[in-house]
Parts: sequence; structure tokens; C-alpha cells
Amino acid sequence: MEKRVTFNGRLLPYMLLAPQLLITLVFFYWPAGQAVWQSFLIEDAFGLSTQFVWFENYQILLSKPDYYRTLAITLTFSALVAFLSLSLALLLAVQADKHIKFASGYKTMLIWPYAVAPAIAGVLWLFMFQPSLGLVSHAIRALGVDWNPVLNPDHAFTLVVMAATWKKIAYNFLFFLAGLQAIPKSVIEASAIDGASPMRRFWTITFPLLSPTTFFLLVVNVVYVFFETFGIIDATTGGGPAKATQTLVYKVYHDGKLGADLGGSAAQSVILMLIVIGLTAIQFRYVEKKVQY
Amino acid sequence: MVQRRSLLDIVPHFILALGVIIIAFPVYIAFVASTWDAATISNGQMPLWPGPHFLENYYRTIFIGTAKTTREPVGIMMLNSFVMAMCIAIGKIAISLISAFAVVYFRFPFRMAAFWTIFITLMLPVEVRIYPTYKIVADLRLLDTYAGLTIPLIASATATLLFRQFFMTVPDELVEASRIDGAGPMKFFVDTLVPLSITSVAAMFVIQFIYGWNQYLWPLLITTSDNMQTIVIGIKKMIVTQDALTEWQIAMATAVLAMLPPVIVVVAMQKLFVKGLTETEK
Repeated sequence: MEKRVTFNGRLLPYMLLAPQLLITLVFFYWPAGQAVWQSFLIEDAFGLSTQFVWFENYQILLSKPDYYRTLAITLTFSALVAFLSLSLALLLAVQADKHIKFASGYKTMLIWPYAVAPAIAGVLWLFMFQPSLGLVSHAIRALGVDWNPVLNPDHAFTLVVMAATWKKIAYNFLFFLAGLQAIPKSVIEASAIDGASPMRRFWTITFPLLSPTTFFLLVVNVVYVFFETFGIIDATTGGGPAKATQTLVYKVYHDGKLGADLGGSAAQSVILMLIVIGLTAIQFRYVEKKVQY
Repeated sequence: MVQRRSLLDIVPHFILALGVIIIAFPVYIAFVASTWDAATISNGQMPLWPGPHFLENYYRTIFIGTAKTTREPVGIMMLNSFVMAMCIAIGKIAISLISAFAVVYFRFPFRMAAFWTIFITLMLPVEVRIYPTYKIVADLRLLDTYAGLTIPLIASATATLLFRQFFMTVPDELVEASRIDGAGPMKFFVDTLVPLSITSVAAMFVIQFIYGWNQYLWPLLITTSDNMQTIVIGIKKMIVTQDALTEWQIAMATAVLAMLPPVIVVVAMQKLFVKGLTETEK
């Protein structure tokens, strides 16, 4: 789509675009290019000379079991958070879509966690589950479980999953509710006349018609876990214990902070870039086409 | 509505109320903790209702800060967060409005190249280029400055796309009318286009203010001095896992203060927030 009527101006459009383009070139393209370039270089131990080595950094990285462990943790983390927050949000959205009193009040009281910073969400959950003074920890201990997210990797992982899920429900709820409200009521009424029970109506009519929303949210949730849970992890577990809560992004940050292996760190960044490009492409391709039902 | 069965209305109310309680519980506990003294919290016997130290704790948090960890009053951190959020939100909107105006209302060589250059930044979030970007900001001597904190974050593909989308729906007759009146492109932009975009701008502002306020990774890298800390970074430094240094009542008061501005924005401007969220994600 193009505008029929436009203005004339030779220099003006470039001047209007200059600030945005300047910032993207200096702070986006240049560093991204640097990361790609560095990923092909190996520096000697004293930082005196560098050598162009093609894909050696990638080979080294991909030969370490450590990297696959982090990848597996990130994928498990994504799957759990996406499944939990999508199903809880859908359950709530279906209830809020019914014609009941205070529906808009419930909506307001369910969407505000969107505004809470991931790091703050992490702090809130850490406080409740802190081994020595957390309220919920005491309750869990009373049940006979030796709860300690500071020392036990599974407990730490459970903690970050809960915090990340809590934070994302609001967003998913809002989009599910919008999706539900867009479904024509006549379709559902027709199946009710055919005698379908509410459960059957949901699984055979509503849920399939929601599939574009669900798919879109699935991609968004995966992106969220990959890139935005950094704050949650840094504030609650710091990637530990024993790297049990280290995601790919956290690993880049952590390895780079030690500052030893520039090429390896750059190779990790480039792999992450490819993951974002892949996810964004999926999002645009399928969301444009709409998932079929 | 299909099948009016008012008795069963109790089920959705029950589920929704349960959801609201579970969602609010962590924040309620944080608020309660911010009203008790350190001793009550640290022995793990904190009651489930607010205590008597509300004023004392919040006064200390805002004007004095923690004694051992962050060494800076939280009031200053809130100011830093506020400046950062405002600069990012206004900056993003300003540069995106003019770039969208250029792309939609002018024909010039490399127009689509410029558009794609902006668009592709969607695929380069700060998380995938952490250290090279840090290095550039360091080379430009922008560490520990508001400029370093905000300028790298104000490029925005989403805002540009949103405004472009909106400009496409503005009728061409308005351009023709303003031409007949003898107005140039900038006059049309300021007098006609921007006033028409005001709802989109406001919706964008709500989303970007929250985005800016909640930044974590970037300020963590860019700020090192105590007086440049933002509140989201400050709270993390207050919580020390190993020792008994953590002053939980102050940390929780800080958490409440850190949540307050963005949550108020979402609740008070709910319509704009929903509009902004659904439009930017399309």
C-alpha cells in the first residue's frame, strides 16, 4: 500500500530519518557486526595477537556438553512457562468472557502484573520461597519437604518457572480475552442448539477458533523466556546452583563478565541472533497467514 | 448468551477470584513485609497482616536507603528510573514519528532500504549483542550517564511500524487541503498529522514508559556509580543471598515503590494500555 499524495523534498526525508538510522547503525548494526566478526577470531592467551579461524569457535562451543545442558535448560524452561501460563491464562480468560458481574473488575485485577519488572517479580517470589524466612518455605517444610532453592537445583528451577509464569499470565490473559471476544457468538449458539455440552463446545468450536491467538502467544512466550527472564534469573538464583537455572542469554552475560574467551562469547551471541531471527520469521509468516482450523 | 444458568455463575466467579488472589498474593506479602521490623521478618514468623512500621520503613527507604548494601536513598533511584523511562518513551515516540512521516509521505531513493534497516532491528535485541554494544558506549564515554542509559534504547521498529500503519489510514484529502492552504510538509506534520495521532502516541507512551522503567540488563551494564542506580537494579543489590546483610523490610518497601508507578499507569490508563499492547504486537 502506498500513499497517492506525497510531498516533494530532497533533503528533508533524509533529515527526518537521520536520528533513527544513526542510532540503529551505531548501537544495533555495528555491535551485531562486531559480534559476527569476533566469532571468527581467536585471541592468544595474552591478548597480543588474533587469528582468523573460521568456525573454530563454534566447533569448540558445540563440542562442550555444558552448552547443550544450558540449551536443554532453556528449552525446558520455555516449554514449562509457555504451557503453564497459557493454560492458566486461557482458563481465566474463558471465565472472564462469560457474561457475569464485575467482569471488567476482574480484568483490571488480572492484567497489572504486566507492569511489574521481571527482576522485581523474581524478588517477590524469592522472598516467599527464601529457605530460612520465606512464608511459603515454612509451609512446605511443615509438609516434610526439605525445601531449599539456594542449594537444590530442582527447587531453584521450580522457583524461576513459577516467577516467570506469574509474570506472563497477565499478557496471555489479555490476548486470549480479545481472541475470545472476536469469536462470533452465533457459531457457539448454533452448536448449543445442536445439543453440545459446554465442554464439547469449548474443545470443538472455541479452542480451534482461537488457534491463531494461541500460536502467536506460544511464539511470544518462547521469546519471553529466552530473552526477558534474564532479570528474574539474575535476581533470584544468579544462574545457580550449579548452573541449574542458566539460560542461553544468562550464559552469554556470565561468560562475558569473566572476559576470558571473546571469540567463544561472540559465537554464543551469534547463535542467539539466529534463534531470534528464526522465531521472528516464524511469527511473521504464520501470524500473517493465520493458523488454519 | 448461550444457556442462562445463573446458579452456575458461581463457578466463573470462584475461578476468577482464586486467580486474582493468587496473582496478588506475592505483592501483598511484599507489602506486609515492608511494614514490619527486621527481627520479625528474619525469624520467619511474620504475620499475614500489616505491622506498625509502615511510616518508619518507607521514610528510611526513600530518604536514607540501606545501611550496608546500596548506600543510596531509594528516592534517588526512583528519580533515575523516572528520567530513564521518560527519556526512552519520549525519545522513541519522537524519532519514530518523524521516521514514519518520512517513509509514508515522501518518495526518495533508498526509501525501502531505510525502512528495512529500521525493521530488522526487531531481530537484534540487546541480549544478543551485550558486550559489543557495551564497548561502543564505553568508547563514546557514555558509561554512567543518562545519555548512555537511554539513547541506545530509543531506536524503535515497533513504534515506527505502528505510526506508519496509522499514517496510511489518514485520508489524502487532508494533505491536499493543507497544500491549498499553502502549508509545507513540516507544517502539515505539526498541525495536522501529530494532533490526529494523539491516541496512538498516548498508547505508545504507556507501553514504552513501562518498558523503560523496567529495564534491567542495560542499566546493569552501563551504571557502576551508586548515584546512577535505577530502582530495579538497586533492589537486586539489596538482596544478598549468603549473609544476613539483607534488610528485607527495606528491600520489600523498595519492591513496592518500584512496582507502583508502572502499575498505576496500567490501571489508570487501562484503555490506552490495551490499545498500545494489542497494536504494537500485530
